[in-house]
Parts: sequence; structure tokens; C-alpha cells
Amino acid sequence: MMTAIANPSVSIQDLSLNFGAISVLETLNLDVAEGEFIVLLGPSGCGKSTLLNCIAGLLDISDGRIFIKGKNVTWEEPKDRGIGMVFQSYALYPQMTVERNLSFGLRVAGLAKDEIAKRIARAAEILQIEPLLQRKPAALSGGQRQRVAIGRALVRDVDVFLFDEPLSNLDAKLRSELRVEIKLLHRKLENTMIYVTHDQIEAMTLADRIAVMKGGVIQQLDAPQTIYNRPVNRFVAGFLGSPAMNFLEGRLEKDKGDWYFAVEDVRIPLATYTFEKEPTPGPAVFGIRPEHVAFNSGAGWPFTATTSVEVVEPMGSDTLVWLKLGGQNFTVRVTSERTPNNADTVSIGFDPMRASLFDAKTGNRL
Amino acid sequence: MSDQAVSLPPATIGREALGPRGPKPRHTFSRRNIFLYGTLIVVALYYLLPLYVMVVTSLKGMPEIRLGNIFSPPLEITFEPWVKAWSQACTGLNCDGLSRGFWNSVRITVPSVILSIAIASVNGYALANWRFKGADTFFVILIVGAFIPYQVMIYPIVIILREIGLYGSLSGLVIVHSIFGMPILTLLFRNYFSSMPEELFRAARVDGAGFWGIYLRIMLPMSLPIFVVAVILQVTGIWNDFLFGVVYTRPDTYPMTVQLNNIVNSVQGVKEYNVNMAATILTGLVPLIVYFISGKLFVRGIAAGAVKG
Repeated sequence: MMTAIANPSVSIQDLSLNFGAISVLETLNLDVAEGEFIVLLGPSGCGKSTLLNCIAGLLDISDGRIFIKGKNVTWEEPKDRGIGMVFQSYALYPQMTVERNLSFGLRVAGLAKDEIAKRIARAAEILQIEPLLQRKPAALSGGQRQRVAIGRALVRDVDVFLFDEPLSNLDAKLRSELRVEIKLLHRKLENTMIYVTHDQIEAMTLADRIAVMKGGVIQQLDAPQTIYNRPVNRFVAGFLGSPAMNFLEGRLEKDKGDWYFAVEDVRIPLATYTFEKEPTPGPAVFGIRPEHVAFNSGAGWPFTATTSVEVVEPMGSDTLVWLKLGGQNFTVRVTSERTPNNADTVSIGFDPMRASLFDAKTGNRL
Repeated sequence: MSDQAVSLPPATIGREALGPRGPKPRHTFSRRNIFLYGTLIVVALYYLLPLYVMVVTSLKGMPEIRLGNIFSPPLEITFEPWVKAWSQACTGLNCDGLSRGFWNSVRITVPSVILSIAIASVNGYALANWRFKGADTFFVILIVGAFIPYQVMIYPIVIILREIGLYGSLSGLVIVHSIFGMPILTLLFRNYFSSMPEELFRAARVDGAGFWGIYLRIMLPMSLPIFVVAVILQVTGIWNDFLFGVVYTRPDTYPMTVQLNNIVNSVQGVKEYNVNMAATILTGLVPLIVYFISGKLFVRGIAAGAVKG
């Protein structure tokens, strides 16, 4: 699965971390290319922030090596690793003005005054915080604070930026604004960025590649579209996507050389589905995203069914329709103009090419 | 049908019957207020009366005191007892009043307060932010120290001070005060520093600040309230200390409290109540002033340090 990257900007090799008997990260490997935007995505407690803190050098690791820019930094102090970090709570020094917040690291490093001034001016210009330089953090709004926090990483003139859920403390509107700004910043600076979030929209929009984590293990590392369309296991499939993917539990069966997925009286032909390897008949889980199901659109699909509407959930731009398929819950995403009424009889259809099949026991993609 | 009935719509008439509306009326002389303020007044009187008697007595001459009306205000106000208490009262061979003890106490309190707070704040910072191996054990040992009665340790400390040649000197007493202030002060600072956001500490580490850099440039400027609390605790504790003062110093280096005791409890001659009262008020004045100046900060700091364990 892991493709070798020639000159990785950040390379993590066999990283393990235990807190006493609890293993948080287990022999984790990750190569990040130069200038790449990697998002570590997962539910809380999956070890994504821990991994970031290990890269930053804020946590002592139990085993493995960390390379940044080809240099082994496993035993280096955070300041010597060539990283800048942005925290969820901004972590601005409350007693210092914005300018002194930005310059703190540079003053500690003993840089010349004119060099400090130059770097602050550049960061302030990029982030458009020039009018705020003489204010204290308490006099800033959440979005402004996070900009200053990004600026503090910016002035350090580093190769790698680490973001630890930087937008989680902001309201929804600001979050989407700053998301775009971070993306623009990445395009302008072309730095390597490692970004931790539990928000799948941030992950999908920002990342060059997403690493989906669970229980201290990277489940899948790939481009956002690949992860969305071809999840490697049931966890990844269920974690990404809102509304969530439909899962039908049934059996994989072979009939006259053709594969079928059978659940109660429903038989889904799998002629268009690409198997990872030659399957064997047995229990399996069939997954398809609500937006990949056609609604009342005729017979041209490899699979069609007629069923009745259970619940309708209007969400503004579109409507989520809850149905029963093979006795199990099934949702379809419909544009709001075509919203049906409760108990209407409707027809659905889809192409199993867009579906995912998982092993019932291991949850791995078939 | 009268005009009145026409002008009021039926709905309004109905609402009149629904009863109370708007803020509930409060009565100044409700039962609750009488109990509350009555108790407060009684308790305040209970604590203020002795102080009143002390101030009044210290302003009277001896003949007036002999009349026995301890609650009556002075007929002739005199500051003679205050002057005598400060500069003439005799303890043993010295007859220069409390002034000697006052300056001794200053020489004991100031270095003890500075030393103990400086060390304890660094202790607390290290325990809260740099989770070194054995930090918890160290902390438990330190806290246990706070529960051992001082009296147990008096004699061993006498021997230790004698062996290092500091027995009877002011620096010996300063060291003793600093050590005994350590458990409670470290606890105070540790709790305060652990209530600060962890990410602030991490950000400072990424910025390259080390142990002392983070302490001096990030933590110290944010911890004024807890320093005020520590100063108050230490100033009052050390200024009011009698036991260590009398054990570890000599007569010419006695702190004010010990000298006060010697003045008040002297068995020779006439008991000069007015001088005794003046001397007592003089001795208690320093902690009182500290409280008055820093009252609000003290409460804020105590709350900040006490919440998180």
C-alpha cells in the first residue's frame, strides 16, 4: 500500500508509543513528500494528535525513528526540528502583544533585530494582521487569534508546518473561511503541512493525501477521492461521507458464473463491481453512498428496486430519504425539488461499480 | 354598557385574574434579612469588640485604666504608651522597646519570604509542567511534610543548625522558615501552574524556550495572583511565628513576637496595660496592612490555586 517517496520531507519509521501498558501508536510508518499537504483524520482517541506531538518532539517516543528533511530528529528538541506548530486553543502568550507573540521564538533564538522585524512584516502581510500587531490576544476575535497563531509558525521560516485541529474552536462560518485561507497559504508557501482534524470536510477539501487513523494505526493513506470512492475497509467507508454510507448485511453468492449479493429477497448483480481478489461465497457487507443511488429515474440501472418511503429529512440543498431495502435501513440523497411524501412508493437504482463490498468478519474490502 | 368596559378588550380583563406578574417584590424587613444581617452584626461585634478595647486602652493613661471602665472611650487621649512600647519598654537587659524586635522581624521575614517563594514557585512549575520521573512520589513526600507537626522537628533542626554553625543566627532562622513554607507553597504553585493551558507550554517549547525561559518569560508574568497569595501567606506566617523565633535565635536577635511576649509577660513591676495593648497592636499591624492592601488579589488567587488538584 505504501508507495515509496524519493525524498520525503517527513519520514516516520516504525514509530511506537506506549503510555505504560497502553499502546497509543504501533509501528507506524508514514512518508510525506516535499510540499505535500497531509491530513491525519480519525475519531477522537485514534492517536492522530499524539502522532503530531511525536513529530513535533513534544512527546518522547517508545520506539522508531523520525526524519525531517533527511535529518534524523528522533532525539532533537522541538525547536531544532525545523517545524512550526499551530494549536487548537491558539496558545498565544496572553501577556504579550501580537508582535511580541510572533517574535518570541526569534528572540529566544537570538536573531538580529532587523531580521526579526523583516520576518514579522512578511508574516503580517501574508496573514493580513498588520493592524493587530500592537494588540494583546485578549483583544482579538477567534479568527484573528488563529491567524496570529499561524503567523507564529510562519515567522520561524520552517520546512514543515504542523496543525493540531486549528479550526475546531471556531464557529462554522469562520471555519470555512479560514479553511480556504490555509489552502491559499499552502499554495503560496509550498511548505510541507501535516494537519490533524476529526472534520472530514476539512480533510477532503485541504488534503493532497488523507491518512485515516483508528486505534493508533493508519487504516488508509491515499488521495481524498480514492479514500472516498474506494475505502479499504468498513471503518474508513463509514467514517467518511455525510450522510453516512449505506451498509447492507447479506451474503455473497455465485450463480451460473455470476456473482450476486443477496439480502433476503433482494439480489444485487455484481457484474460491474471490481473485486480486489477472487472472492469466495459467504457473509459480506454491501456499502453504497446515498448520493450514488438514483431515485425514480427509470430502468437503465444494473440494479433497480421498488420500495416505500419511511422518513423524509429535508436538509436544505437536498433531502435524505429513508427507505427499507432487504429489510434494512437504506438512505438516498435526493435534490430538494424531488422530495417525496411519506409512504410514497418509489423506485431506486444504482450501479454496483460505485459500491464497496466488505468482508463481514474482518471488514476489509473485497 | 359603560365606557370603561368598551375600552378594555376582553383578553385584558381575563389576564387580571391570572395573578402575579413581573419581578417579585422584596421587603427590607423580611424575616430572611433580619436573620441574615442580625447574625452578621452579632459576629462582627464579637470580633471587633476586643480590638476596640485594645485601641481604647492603649490610648488611656494608667490612672484612667485603674478606674476599670474598659469599654468607655478615653477621657484624655495620650500616645505615651505607644511611644513607650516602641522605644522604651524593657525586655531583659535591653530597654529600647519593640523597635529592635521589629527590625529583627523585618530582617527575618523579607529574606524568608523571597527565598521560600522563589524556590517553591520553581518547584511547583517543575512538578506541573516537566513531568520528570518520580515527580508524583516527590510530590507526595512533600505534601506529607505539611502534615507532620513542627514540634517533632525542633530538636533535630537545633542539632543540624549547630553542626553547620548557623544556630542562633538570623540566617539559620531564615533557612528554617523557608523549609517549613515549602510543602504548602509548592502545592499552591503546582496547582496554579497545572491549571494553565498545556498548549501554552508546548507552544513555548516549539518556540525554543527552555526550562528557565518558559518559567521566567511565559509563566511568571501570568501568575501575579498566586504570587500575591504566597506573599500574604508567608508574610503573616513568618511575622506571627513565635515558636521558631524563640528556639532558634538569641535575645538580641529575637523577632518582634518573642519580644512582645517578654514585655507582656514580664512579672516585675506594675502591669502597664496600655503599653501592652499598644505593643500588641504594633506587632499585629504588619499582617493587617498586608491584608488590607491585597485583599481582592488574595481572594482571586486563592480561588485560582485551590480549584484544580
